Amino acid sequence: MTATTDKISKPEARGAKFELDPGKAPRRDIVTDVIVQPLHTISLLVRNKPGVLCRVAMVFARRGYNLESLVVSPALWNANDGTAPGEFSRMTITCSGDPDALEQIIKQLEKLIDVVHAIDHTGQAVIESELALVKMKAGLKDRTEILQVAENFKAKVVDYSAESMILRCAGETEKLDAFVGLLKPFGIIELVRSGKILMARGLEET
Amino acid sequence: MLQKTTSGGDKIIQCLEREGVEVIYGYSGGAAMPIFDALVDSKIKFVLVRHEQGATHMADGYARATGKPGVVLVTSGPGATNCVTGLLTALMDSVPMIVLTGQTITPMLGKDAFQEADVTGITYPVVKHSYLVKNAADIPRVMKEAFYIATSGRPGPVLIDLPKDITQGPCNAPMVDEVHLPGYHIPGRADSELIKKAAAIISKSKKPVLYVGHGAVISGAGKAIMLLAEKLNAPIVNTLLGKGACPEDHPLNQGMLGMHGTAYANKTVSGCDMIMAIGARWDDRITGKLSEFCKEATKIHIDIDVAEFNKIIRPDVSLAGDAKMVVEDLLPLVGKLDTADWLKDINGWRKQFPLKYPKKGGLRAQYVLDRLDKLGGRDCIITTDVGQHQMWAAQFCLTTKNRHWLSSGGAGTMGFGFPAAIGAAMATGKPTWCVVGDGGFQMTLCELATAALQKVPVKILIINNSYLGMIRQWQELFFDNRLSGADLEGNPDFVKLAAAYGVPGKRVKRAGDVDKAIKWAMAYNDGPCLVEAEVVKDDNVFPMIPAGAPLTGMIIEKPKTKMEKPTGST
Repeated sequence: MTATTDKISKPEARGAKFELDPGKAPRRDIVTDVIVQPLHTISLLVRNKPGVLCRVAMVFARRGYNLESLVVSPALWNANDGTAPGEFSRMTITCSGDPDALEQIIKQLEKLIDVVHAIDHTGQAVIESELALVKMKAGLKDRTEILQVAENFKAKVVDYSAESMILRCAGETEKLDAFVGLLKPFGIIELVRSGKILMARGLEET
Repeated sequence: MLQKTTSGGDKIIQCLEREGVEVIYGYSGGAAMPIFDALVDSKIKFVLVRHEQGATHMADGYARATGKPGVVLVTSGPGATNCVTGLLTALMDSVPMIVLTGQTITPMLGKDAFQEADVTGITYPVVKHSYLVKNAADIPRVMKEAFYIATSGRPGPVLIDLPKDITQGPCNAPMVDEVHLPGYHIPGRADSELIKKAAAIISKSKKPVLYVGHGAVISGAGKAIMLLAEKLNAPIVNTLLGKGACPEDHPLNQGMLGMHGTAYANKTVSGCDMIMAIGARWDDRITGKLSEFCKEATKIHIDIDVAEFNKIIRPDVSLAGDAKMVVEDLLPLVGKLDTADWLKDINGWRKQFPLKYPKKGGLRAQYVLDRLDKLGGRDCIITTDVGQHQMWAAQFCLTTKNRHWLSSGGAGTMGFGFPAAIGAAMATGKPTWCVVGDGGFQMTLCELATAALQKVPVKILIINNSYLGMIRQWQELFFDNRLSGADLEGNPDFVKLAAAYGVPGKRVKRAGDVDKAIKWAMAYNDGPCLVEAEVVKDDNVFPMIPAGAPLTGMIIEKPKTKMEKPTGST
């Protein structure tokens, strides 16, 4: 083992003292308008190897967990740590399902050789953010009102045509839910959301 | 003379030699040709099996008997998919194994080439880790990592998929001695504070029990556990796979617990006030109805795999570490407990509910296995298949030495016993008994050719009741005896079948002939031999805890009234 391993907090200690966060209460999905199970957000640092996403996904699938969103991006590398460019990736997963199974899921994720660590951030103070692109039907009649909503949510118009416009909005998931909810009556043509990313506050590890 | 360039295949074999591999089990094929070519010049012995599943179980038996990783080499497509059962068996029972599979050339990957299968994809859920090597320079690193991962921590199978252009092309990469796996951590010694907490719990106990599993076998914790048990004066029970970690003929050892365990082992567990699991994972075959299991007892769980904590049971203390090290660390912190009354209770149960079977009405499997135990079976390695004979062997053949009992527990793989015996006998040179049923034996009996060719001293004992006995037992007890898919009509003449492979055999139909046949097989060491015991067709394994029932719902003999269908997992 090289120096990198020592820098990463010991998962056995974390596994041995695991305490499950009850998670958030069931909520109403703004787009589909149905009550859904509480969401959990898990942050993973993984080795960027072929198949790692498949292995991670299978841990969830085997226990009947549904992935709500998944964001994968390159992780920071630092030659002083002995890490190489592209060696690690960051995954942020939002999922719903039976809370009792979550502890097993986290432990089974950490058991994967290519997963450096998996941390459940549900209920923790974290900085979270998401991006949404909304394609609106925007004729003359609705245009002003749509732009007012956009302004209030600090959304940017990134495409503007006679019949439509595309708005880009960033922020916490709840803010985007509200944004999308307000735009819904005007007729949303397409909605693409990036999925949630987050970072632990202070010196806590994400 | 021109220096021969090193091919990827050569490099793989060199890596295997560096890891100390003595024998490879496998089956050749197109996509693996370059590796087979490299084998010609190697001192590693290659055993050509008759079906790839047999190769995986042989490597599994080799690994279980020695602790060293078993190595399998097969070709792509069907060769690789035939290994899936063996991988599952090894994963469920934490057996170190390396499976090398050939693969189509890299430019053809994903293009439905001849004998192509997405083997890494198919095997994700049944491996500890796997690799698809797409660059020859990665070979030394991948091989080093694979052996390290397979054998360390909680052992398991590692699969390496090797495209033919990689193994055929040149490989000049230097050998690798270090592994860099930032996502892989192995607990060694457990947290000392937690050990103190566990010791305090143990010291308060009046009715302790040590529940010993396969982890104790793997880490060689038996000696330490015996010291602990004797120091505490605490009884021991072991799981099916924990047999042999602690000698079963020791007065403190109550034998196997669980669904078909001894009545006194299960009563010990039901009545205890403290249970400590040492390398065991509270399997559903052990706990029965979970909400009723050891409700009043405090629980300590020692495991090297932290994912086992809180999976089934929420223990009062979880000790993450190597079973042997943790028990050794616990030893100086505990003293003698006042367990005289507790042991008196247990001895009472031993007298009241001994293992027993009817002595009349034809040849009984229990009698045959009891005789095997008395006539020297205890000094041999015993492998079993899966079913009634497995449970009877576990009950009547006491295991006194570590790694002398090999059985497929978690996966319950029929067809495991015979090839595993070949692997174990080849690895250790010890006389090896392979106790199989007439059903399971027929799943892998093609390996008679392998055993005969290699002159492996495997003594096959077929417990032949012409039924899938455990299925028949359940249908009799829970399904109004409506037999379905249980009758093995059309069984061959096993003695003649063995003779066709040049393997000598004897058939036993009467109790009076059992000793002679067992002694004959014990004395025959020139190669495999076979004893077929034609036993009572409709015998049942007791004691039995119906799946999903609490331990106290154990039935000692056949009930007079009809029973409810079991609610447990299977």
